Amino acid sequence: MNFLRYSKFYFVFSIVLILFSVVALSVWGLKIGIDFSGGTLFEIKYIKDRPEIVDLRKDIDEIILGEFTLQEVGEQEIILRMKEISDEQRQKIIESLGSKDDYSIEEEKKISPIIGGELKKSTARAIILAFIFITLYVAWAFRRVSQPVSSFKYGMAALIALFHDVLITCGIFAVLGEFFNMEINVPFAAALLTILGYSINDTIVVFDRCRENLIRSRKEFKDILNLSLSQIVVRSLFTSVTTLLVLFSIYFFGGATLSSFVLTLIIGIILGTYSSIFIATPLIFIFSKKR
Amino acid sequence: MNKSWILIILVLILIILGGFFVIPGRLAGKVNIEVPQFLQKPFKLGLDLQGGVYLLYQADLSQIEKDNQESSIEGLRDIMERRVNPLGVQEPIVQLQKAGDNYRLMVELAGIEDPQEVIGIIDKPTNLEFREEMSFEEKMEVINMIPMEEVEKMIENLKLETGEDITKEDLTKYIPLYNQTDLTGRYLKKAQIQFDQTAYEPMVAIEFDSEGAKLFEELTRKNWHKPLAIFIDNQLISSPIVGRDDSAEEGCISGGKAVISGGFALDEAKQLAQNLNAGALPVPIELISAQSIGPSLGKISIEKSIIAGMIGFLLVILFMIVIYRFSGLLAIISLFAYIIILLSLFKFASITLTLSGIAGFILSLGMAVDANILIFERLKEEVENSIDDKAEISLGRNIDSAFSRAFTAIRDGNLTTLIICVILFLVASGFVQGFALTLGIGILISMFSAMVITKLFMKTLAGTKLAKFKRIWIR
Repeated sequence: MNFLRYSKFYFVFSIVLILFSVVALSVWGLKIGIDFSGGTLFEIKYIKDRPEIVDLRKDIDEIILGEFTLQEVGEQEIILRMKEISDEQRQKIIESLGSKDDYSIEEEKKISPIIGGELKKSTARAIILAFIFITLYVAWAFRRVSQPVSSFKYGMAALIALFHDVLITCGIFAVLGEFFNMEINVPFAAALLTILGYSINDTIVVFDRCRENLIRSRKEFKDILNLSLSQIVVRSLFTSVTTLLVLFSIYFFGGATLSSFVLTLIIGIILGTYSSIFIATPLIFIFSKKR
Repeated sequence: MNKSWILIILVLILIILGGFFVIPGRLAGKVNIEVPQFLQKPFKLGLDLQGGVYLLYQADLSQIEKDNQESSIEGLRDIMERRVNPLGVQEPIVQLQKAGDNYRLMVELAGIEDPQEVIGIIDKPTNLEFREEMSFEEKMEVINMIPMEEVEKMIENLKLETGEDITKEDLTKYIPLYNQTDLTGRYLKKAQIQFDQTAYEPMVAIEFDSEGAKLFEELTRKNWHKPLAIFIDNQLISSPIVGRDDSAEEGCISGGKAVISGGFALDEAKQLAQNLNAGALPVPIELISAQSIGPSLGKISIEKSIIAGMIGFLLVILFMIVIYRFSGLLAIISLFAYIIILLSLFKFASITLTLSGIAGFILSLGMAVDANILIFERLKEEVENSIDDKAEISLGRNIDSAFSRAFTAIRDGNLTTLIICVILFLVASGFVQGFALTLGIGILISMFSAMVITKLFMKTLAGTKLAKFKRIWIR
């Protein structure tokens, strides 16, 4: 099947998505959670009746002078998020929640901006390191395939596909953050890095087949690429399907705690599979034409 | 040929046995099987699954000289441990951490019913000091600083109380005024209750470390037959007289051990010992990160993850069997082996299982199959391209080439994910580390189970009559 013939469509589609993501990120930005910005979070489960949110909000508004969010979750829980608070403020908030027997504190998190700042730095560092190592690795793994495209270019194509995946995932989360209040916390960053690994995994499967056909065959580069893609597309699809099956089951049946983490993985893996076949390989072809 | 069959049977037996080892105790109970004691070792659960408290304190070393910093921070750790131990937590973790120039203290207490209470208890910085009495001149200085009316009031009150004529100088005898000394709670090793041999009077025995012993000796020498005051949080708790029962004119207490006695009721003695043990925090600390998880959230997380994992696994099984038929079935067997090996590893090595770790594990299930898929797709190509000779031989050969050809793709692909896991593990902490660890280990073991176990099964069974039915081996 002549995959490469429709390269223009793939690129246009991806560029649209990328533009959309860039716009979404500039306009809305990612909703940074307390892991990175510091703050306090309460997850409260009411045993019987949950009090009126409007009343709670008023009470808390009087205690906290700044912004806060109060979300209802399910039938009996609420999630309360705010900036750093003093011990007295915390005490007052606890009192305003109701009598001690009416509820239980499922989770309470307090993170100072110091830690938040450090986490931001270490996450950024991890992502940069990952990009560097992956590019180096791909270039090394394909060092013997220098014709008609240098091994370094393989690394570049893989890298561009990766940027594509990460950027669009972030763009989607900018939308989710704006409309569904989904926050970016440490798990999101971990998922992002996992996507990096998985997407490259997939891209290498494709490149590996290209390399093999290149060695064995005397055909034109374009035909070799198309052949490789046709041979690969099913297995690439299937490997993603099995991983996605597992991820979907966690998303629907696993606890709420993991759901946004898993959603990130799902989006990223779908993008990763798409980009290995429809972005990375056509790029290799384009690189081969520029001589 | 025979060797392979023995191996296969061995693997199957191991899978079944391993299953019992790994299945949570209650399930084994339902099947009425006697699982030997040592195999009943439970999984080590992390905070987010057990419920508990995680606290991170930043230590403020600005007031402490460089040379003393190491020992101060270690003293802080010891005192925290002392506070944490009586809480009844099975395996409390109190650790020092360094982040750049910052020294931090991490406290992790798992399995606590009410996290809120605990935070209050161990947080309190009590400042324990031993102070000595001011000299006459020093006291006069202080008294002279007090406004005249106050002083006169005090003299009047004392005159009434004692019925004696009191002068300003006499005030020095009645007002306790103390100077701080170098001896603080950081040198105190322990305090415990003792009972006087003859009168069964409760006393508090205190013991200092070697540095403290020296300081204590000096102090007691200087203050022989004078009170040595114990202050906690700037409040006077007790001021026993040094060497009260020793009639010698001069003396000191050396060796760092002493006994505080003198008319304590048992409660008072207990309180004093407790206060002394609470000790001083030699370094001021600030809570910069705290997380407390109620036990019910942990339980719900576990249950939901298990269900999700099982459903996911079932879906994968279905997929593999529908698409890859018999080969898929063999892959599933090796997947079982993979799960058993991984879970046994977690149990044996007491690797702490966290929610993210479970996520990593379930994810690795999906990825474990990938290697098998690559191999089977390869197998399809090999079979379709091969010459049609004797079924058993050709299939076996095809299987061999499928495995060896697919290996480079499997290796390269998994290697990049492994690189990511290593980076995640080194750079991050907590949630991310757990995820990276299980994912990384999972990938390594899944490579083994796909390349070795699946191959064993396939090769062996390919040597049987089953090889004739080519269609059941590939899609």
